[in-house]
Amino acid sequence: MYNAKAVITGILIFLVLCTSPFWASRTGKDYTKTGIVLPKDEKNCVENRDFMRAEHMRLLNEWRDEALRRENRLYTATDGRKWNISLQNTCLKCHNNYKEFCQKCHVANSVYPYCWTCHIIPGEKNQ
Amino acid sequence: MNKSRRSFLKVAGLSVFALSSGMAAAPGTAGAQIAPGSYGRGESALHAKRWAMVIDTRRFAGPEDYKPLIEACHKVHNVPDIPDAQNIKWFWLDSYEHTFPDDMNTYLDAKTRSASYPLLCNHCTNPPCVRVCPTQATYKMEDGIVAMDYHRCIGCRFCMAGCPYGARSFNFKDPRKFLPATVPNPGFPTRMIGVVEKCTFCAERLAVGQMPACVEASKGRLLFGDLEDEKSGVRQALASNFSIRRKPSLGTQPGVYYLI
Ligand code: HEC
Ligand code: HEC
Ligand code: HEC
Repeated sequence: MYNAKAVITGILIFLVLCTSPFWASRTGKDYTKTGIVLPKDEKNCVENRDFMRAEHMRLLNEWRDEALRRENRLYTATDGRKWNISLQNTCLKCHNNYKEFCQKCHVANSVYPYCWTCHIIPGEKNQ
Repeated sequence: MNKSRRSFLKVAGLSVFALSSGMAAAPGTAGAQIAPGSYGRGESALHAKRWAMVIDTRRFAGPEDYKPLIEACHKVHNVPDIPDAQNIKWFWLDSYEHTFPDDMNTYLDAKTRSASYPLLCNHCTNPPCVRVCPTQATYKMEDGIVAMDYHRCIGCRFCMAGCPYGARSFNFKDPRKFLPATVPNPGFPTRMIGVVEKCTFCAERLAVGQMPACVEASKGRLLFGDLEDEKSGVRQALASNFSIRRKPSLGTQPGVYYLI
């Protein structure tokens, strides 16, 4: 082959570069966790953990519509427990460390909910 | 030729029908509930077919008498006090001329004419604000309360133009700047710059079995109850007293009655 040495080295370098992410991930660190702090004195969320992780934002939307439009301000969970529908008085009563829970995960995921221009994080001062 | 046109129209008509029925069926699934649990009302929640208020103005000696009511309302809902024309009004006072402009009686007795009258959202049966809202941020609930969903409000202020009673206020400024560092009621949200707000007949209090804040603070001078229940306090008060409503000629059918 004409200029075989250069061509084969070129192809090899190309292959290594192309697959480098796979090699890097093999040697790299573990997938980074957000390091959220779960409530200490509670075991279960309103619904199971996987549902909350994936759907809490849609659940909150539904809570809002049910409470404000249909006057249904009581949510009965699948395990039979009854919850007063409230973002700041129910969710944040258990998750009382907003910064280390909601915010930590949101910042890691580049989500910036605008709820707190109106809703009040318990214990947090106005301004 | 004739035959093929006929069959073309048949096929076209059938396909339009099939397509439109298919489209009508699809959105049904989009409205499904997300949460696995169920929604309902609390056991202590107060119910009515049509909530209404009767204000016995005869039992208030002067504007000072209304102060505790205004304070109670504004505390419970974190309503700021902005000392100019951009103030937020949920429950406020005005003169006889402004309250009942339809009454043209020149020789009205001085006491009635000079008194202050308490004003709040009338929770109309035909609310003009609801008709003009382009986002359905304001709506009438099945118990007659004209409610606000602040999340939907885009601040267009059509409702303020539509409301003949001036019962809606726009947040020209950040309301939190006019509230103390610890808001009066940390359990209730504030509002933000750019949304409209108003009295909600304390829907959030009715849901937990409490009367509206102003009614509770009025020591029996404000009555609140079901207009469609003959035995309710409001109906009895209306049956045995002369009452008027604001601007009745507009046909909005206010839910707030005044005993004069
Ligand atoms: C413009 C101000 C404002 C913003 C922004 C806002 N809310 Fe609200 N929200 C309110 C008010 C006022 C209520 C009425 C409270 C009531 O009637 O009990 C409310 C009620 C709710 C309710 C139902 C009852 C309750 O007390 O919690 C939910 C759920 C809710 N909001 C979720 C959210 C979420 C989630 C966000 C952010 C994505 C958000 N809100 C942003 C003002 C706001
Ligand atoms: C009774 C107390 C309680 C209430 C009320 C509550 N939570 Fe939780 N939440 C928990 C606990 C405990 C966990 C951890 C569950 C687990 O690890 O199995 C949790 C987990 C979660 C998670 C998943 C965190 C993860 O591990 O990834 C989210 C998201 C969440 N909650 C959001 C909410 C929201 C939103 C609300 C209000 C609708 C709410 N929670 C109300 C106690 C509560
Ligand atoms: C395990 C990580 C995690 C935790 C913990 C968490 N969230 Fe979230 N949240 C997310 C993610 C990811 C999204 C964005 C999802 C999307 O955009 O589809 C989100 C979105 C939201 C939204 C919608 C934001 C928007 O702009 O539409 C709200 C509201 C919200 N979260 C509230 C909360 C509250 C309140 C808590 C604490 C009680 C909480 N979240 C805890 C991961 C988390």
